[in-house]
Amino acid sequence: MNGEPLVSTRELHRDYALAGAAVHAVRNVSFDVGPGEYLAIVGPSGCGKSTLLNLIGAIDRPTRGTVAIDGTDVGALPDRAATRFRLTKIGFVFQRFYLLPVLTARENLELPMAEANVPQGERRRRALELLGYVGLAPRADHRPSELSGGEQQRVAIARALANRPLLLLADEPTGELDAQTGADVIRLFDRVNRDGVTVIVVTHDEQLAAAARRVIHMLDGRVVRDEPMLRRA
Amino acid sequence: MRLHLAALSLRRHLSRTLLAGLGVAVSAAMLLDMVMLATGMRESFAGLLGRNGFTIRASPRGTLPFDSEATVGDAADAAAAIARVNGVTTVAPVLGATIHVLDADAPVTAFALGVDPSVQGDYELLAGQDPVSPNELVASDALLARLSKRVGDTVAVAVGFDPQLQTYAGRRRLVISGRARFLFLSAEDRAAALQLSTVQEMGGPGRRDRVSLFMVRTAPAADAEAARAAIEREVPRVTALSIAGAVAEAENRLSYFRQLAFILGAVSLIVGFLLVTTMVTVSVNERIGEIAVMRAIGVSRLHVVHQIVLEGVAISLAGAVVGLVLGVGTARYLNSILRGFPGLPDAIDFFLFQPESALRALSLLVLSGIAAGIYPAWRAASLPVAATLREEAVG
Repeated sequence: MNGEPLVSTRELHRDYALAGAAVHAVRNVSFDVGPGEYLAIVGPSGCGKSTLLNLIGAIDRPTRGTVAIDGTDVGALPDRAATRFRLTKIGFVFQRFYLLPVLTARENLELPMAEANVPQGERRRRALELLGYVGLAPRADHRPSELSGGEQQRVAIARALANRPLLLLADEPTGELDAQTGADVIRLFDRVNRDGVTVIVVTHDEQLAAAARRVIHMLDGRVVRDEPMLRRA
Repeated sequence: MRLHLAALSLRRHLSRTLLAGLGVAVSAAMLLDMVMLATGMRESFAGLLGRNGFTIRASPRGTLPFDSEATVGDAADAAAAIARVNGVTTVAPVLGATIHVLDADAPVTAFALGVDPSVQGDYELLAGQDPVSPNELVASDALLARLSKRVGDTVAVAVGFDPQLQTYAGRRRLVISGRARFLFLSAEDRAAALQLSTVQEMGGPGRRDRVSLFMVRTAPAADAEAARAAIEREVPRVTALSIAGAVAEAENRLSYFRQLAFILGAVSLIVGFLLVTTMVTVSVNERIGEIAVMRAIGVSRLHVVHQIVLEGVAISLAGAVVGLVLGVGTARYLNSILRGFPGLPDAIDFFLFQPESALRALSLLVLSGIAAGIYPAWRAASLPVAATLREEAVG
């Protein structure tokens, strides 16, 4: 990694109570991610991958330690600033797509842009451009219920790119897809990364992990191995 | 975008939204009707009293107009004294009496008013002319129908019936000069108006120079309350009542109506509030995952609250508009039933639509709709994003 890291976690801990017992979901995690990197976080269920992703994405706060994105300690941001940070600097992709069912594909993309005060004409143009980027321009006026799972996930990826984020975070993005559509989504992430967006994915999917340039292995909340994908280097 | 999203969210469960809106509409209609009921009688009574510009009534000391058969003596002097009061422009004396029309198979009893036709404010002429001569009268439609008489016919009229001697104090043949609508009587009342002097003379010595009431008109710029007080000072044997005083007296007597209207209006408002709260809460609970996603992708709490509150406002507004139509329709129907009560003046309304009052009531309903949406909206917007997404993923 050359220069300043885009993502930097230091001695990161996240504990929470579950049925009265303390759960140490993330324990003493420290690593850096440089601009333009493509990182996969892998590990068994319950090892703390998604919690770590939520901490990086500023939708959860660490119990101890810091997580900095582009030099900003996002764990220390007040809610309003953290929300704004997510809106402008981070794109999220979820396992279950989570598109708003009442909006069309285009309107789903326009929502974060409207929140960022992008003018209406500009956000419509950019939404159509992004839908074209993920190969769904003809489906712009379809609602999620009229799209297949793979199409919905591609719309979700386009939505995540709507405000031109520095960082794209994806939590099991192929978890709900069959092998073929999963492969399409993997190729799309690869393309997004090659176009300059830093990508961090949490996955069980070996194919998706293999597409990354670097893989972090977690176990019981700890990073147990951090290795580059040498065959891709 | 927020408005668009709110509208789409409401359309998602259209039948539920319509039912909730209908519930709010019924609640709004009830609220509106209660507001109309609370103010209707007062306002229509005040309007009736103020008709033709008469702002003060002076009746025998300690009585209300036509509350008893008491009369004021030395009426001419009293009228002159009242006319001298600053601000008074017209004094219209009125003497009430019971007359018996003897032309039918059996005597027909009617209420008669002795008036000065040039200044009277008790009736509106529908046909013919005022009783300009002492041998003329104008009659209500109900009396004409009972007598089967028309304008131009002559009738034998008597007053002062003595049940023991079966005699009358005075009799006269009078020409029916006109048809009239008596403002303070119901359409079913058999009534007639004659010249004041005619009624006084027919009533015998006991009625000479006596009146039941002075109706007093004041100049538009004059202080009616000051004139009222001055009349009581100048003519101590009368009690003067301004419109405000009469309305207050009527309100006092009708306070049960107002209390009932207030309680039912408050219940309507609470029901509307609970309906919107329930609707918004159910809708929010169904969309917890969506709201968490919106928050995750950077949508602010305020935006989420705005959107959900907008949904509550939309239901309240739609309910208020439909409720306005429903309320006015219901009020008209109920008014027609209540106005059928015997003895009520035609001009009295139980329900009176006043745009300002209606706007205030419906604004209150919409405000309660906003309040109903704020708590569930803020609660939803404040949920921990990561934990909610995790629970939704598990769910």
